[in-house]
Amino acid sequence: MDMKATKKKLGLKEKYAHMTRGLDWETTYQPKEKVFPQATFEGIKVHDWDKWEDPFRLTMDSYWKYQAEKERKLYAVLDAFAQNNGHLGITDARYLSAIKLFLTGISPLEYVAHRGFAAAGRNFPGVGPRVACLMQSIDEVRHAQTQIHALSNYNKFYEGFHAGASHQIERLWYLSVPKSFFDDAFSAGPFEWMIAIGFSFEYVLTNLLFVPFMSGAAYNGDMATVTFGFSAQSDEARHMTLGLECIKFMLEQDPDNLPIVQKWIDKWAWRGIRVLSLVSTMLDYMLPKRVMSWKEAWEIYFEQNGGALFNDLAKYGIKVPECIAQCTIDKEHQSHQLWLTLCTHSHAMGLHTWLPNAEEMDWLSAKYPNTFDKYYRPRFDQLRELADKGERFYANTLPMLCQVCQIPMLFTEPDDPTKICYRESEFQGEKYHTCSDGCKHIFDDEPEKYIQAWLPVHQVYMGNCWPEGTDPTAEGFNPLAKYLEWCHIDLARDGGDYEGSSDQANFAAWRGAATQNT
Amino acid sequence: MAVTALYDYQYPAADTQDKFHGNQLLYVGWDDHFMFAAPLAFVLPPSSKFSELVENTLTFAFGRHPEWAKIDFSKVVWLKSGQPFVPEMDKTLAEQGLRHKDVLRLQTPGLNGNGTYF
Amino acid sequence: MSTVFIAFQINEDTRPIIEAILADNPHAVLDEQPAMVKINAEDTLVIKRESIEELIGRKFDLQELQVNLITISGHLDEDDDTFTLSWKN
Ligand SMILES: [Fe+2]
Ligand SMILES: [Fe+2]
Repeated sequence: MDMKATKKKLGLKEKYAHMTRGLDWETTYQPKEKVFPQATFEGIKVHDWDKWEDPFRLTMDSYWKYQAEKERKLYAVLDAFAQNNGHLGITDARYLSAIKLFLTGISPLEYVAHRGFAAAGRNFPGVGPRVACLMQSIDEVRHAQTQIHALSNYNKFYEGFHAGASHQIERLWYLSVPKSFFDDAFSAGPFEWMIAIGFSFEYVLTNLLFVPFMSGAAYNGDMATVTFGFSAQSDEARHMTLGLECIKFMLEQDPDNLPIVQKWIDKWAWRGIRVLSLVSTMLDYMLPKRVMSWKEAWEIYFEQNGGALFNDLAKYGIKVPECIAQCTIDKEHQSHQLWLTLCTHSHAMGLHTWLPNAEEMDWLSAKYPNTFDKYYRPRFDQLRELADKGERFYANTLPMLCQVCQIPMLFTEPDDPTKICYRESEFQGEKYHTCSDGCKHIFDDEPEKYIQAWLPVHQVYMGNCWPEGTDPTAEGFNPLAKYLEWCHIDLARDGGDYEGSSDQANFAAWRGAATQNT
Repeated sequence: MAVTALYDYQYPAADTQDKFHGNQLLYVGWDDHFMFAAPLAFVLPPSSKFSELVENTLTFAFGRHPEWAKIDFSKVVWLKSGQPFVPEMDKTLAEQGLRHKDVLRLQTPGLNGNGTYF
Repeated sequence: MSTVFIAFQINEDTRPIIEAILADNPHAVLDEQPAMVKINAEDTLVIKRESIEELIGRKFDLQELQVNLITISGHLDEDDDTFTLSWKN
């Protein structure tokens, strides 16, 4: 009898070792520092790049195999969605404001993440992180593409989906918030990028964005978003692991790395939390059918999960970022303060807002027993009163912005939720204003960086935000109208209150048409 | 602290006064009135009088609030960068040392949206 | 004591995976949410290839988990037979 020798397959660990090590070469005609010029200037000391291990032990061949499977699943659902009028399955077209915010504010960041990880992969001299960054870079461009593709199905029917990535991310005042966050990270070195995006954003904060968002989409009948969301999220566990691995690696390589890493964690935790405050309005106000409150999501995904993480990192000497005390106060207030701001500025936005109805306000009272009735219900009541008289209030003057997070200065003092928090710094004879101790601290640490901020309000006042050929001295010049035109916003259709919008009318008409024969 | 960079990191500030066509930025917040979610940003010639600021600019911006008309400007408190500031109505912004990007807070004791801070 | 967790989409692929995890980790707690489940466990959670294979009646590669994975918390250690999350070092 012939005995066929069966060739034994490589085990996962061996395969990973073979396919992620020894892939590079020693330089001959250029010194290594010139080939990897960004590897050392941030002060992070690395002695042995081979100590880097991806716990998933994913190799390129498996990566392609599983990613292809994810794409096939995703596109099967997107086809079904388009073929079956999936857009009529959502609870209410109000829900689409959350999706518009996602498409205009988050999807362009996916693209920047793609570029950023490609750059990080290029700049790290170690093969392990290079392979992991390469995979994440490809993941991120997939996220941008699949999000734009999935949501293009809504663009066929609803307003506000037409210019997010092409024009609005660079121009719209509220989108400068997420944009500046990524610009800040991308203009740092590769190690800071990894702490900013890989660790703080992907590990500490991403759950707050994606998990409640996708559950919210599922709850509100949005099959397209659930599907691209879950497809993107399936890459996320790998990204989180990369972020955590990166921080452990830096801390284990040299004790001198600790203060640098701690400083970055402190900075990027606060930067990320400020960006995510936009998500708080989504959970508390934009989802017609609510999943959980922002405060609950914060407690589960930040306080408990982040708590476990920082307990673990304590052995390296890492401390919980100081801004957490502020966050514990803010979780009771921020979604309300932000939504009030959006409601009074949606005449200059590419999505609709609305005043919460009686039932929604009761839900908010129950979820925020310490703050909603005391501070925020009376404000919504008075806005409602004006709206009922046909005088819906929109601010007629541009708000003051924070120099760092670029959010209007709407946040309140840590010890008094009825007083706006003003902080200021002076640098080279010029004044700079920030919204909080966290943002002021970041400014004061690197003023040279933040004095360059492209603050939309100031840019409008400089006259840089009109379509080409605009004459601001012409009679009847309307700066807001010209600004919105420049942002590719058609105010009559894209912004303002949902009540009376074409989205509202169309959704009602089409849903009616879908259930009747006339 | 300076930015840690690969090269000498020096870039000009984006919002210096010379970019505002002869005007300056001034921020004004009205304490206890969250109908206006954040302090407001104004762009004004340094030669505008404080009275013009109050009567025209601020009245345009804040006038929709029913309490605006009730303010007795002889009794209000102004803060500049958090410190007490006594404006002179007939003097210009420049004459009373209001610089580009200064921030003023207007406090109107007794007026706070009937305790709702609206 | 710290909690680790893993979350999966709910679908036909993950039903037996979730069943196997709950059987192998008696201390784990199932948290069902719209379209997803989250499995929480004190300190450690172990996913075993063999247990999943027994339920689905075919070979299973633990890397297939990634197709339906949503999120994890804790340090991961993965080899051919087990996928372990823990806060222990
Ligand atoms: Fe992504
Ligand atoms: Fe800020």
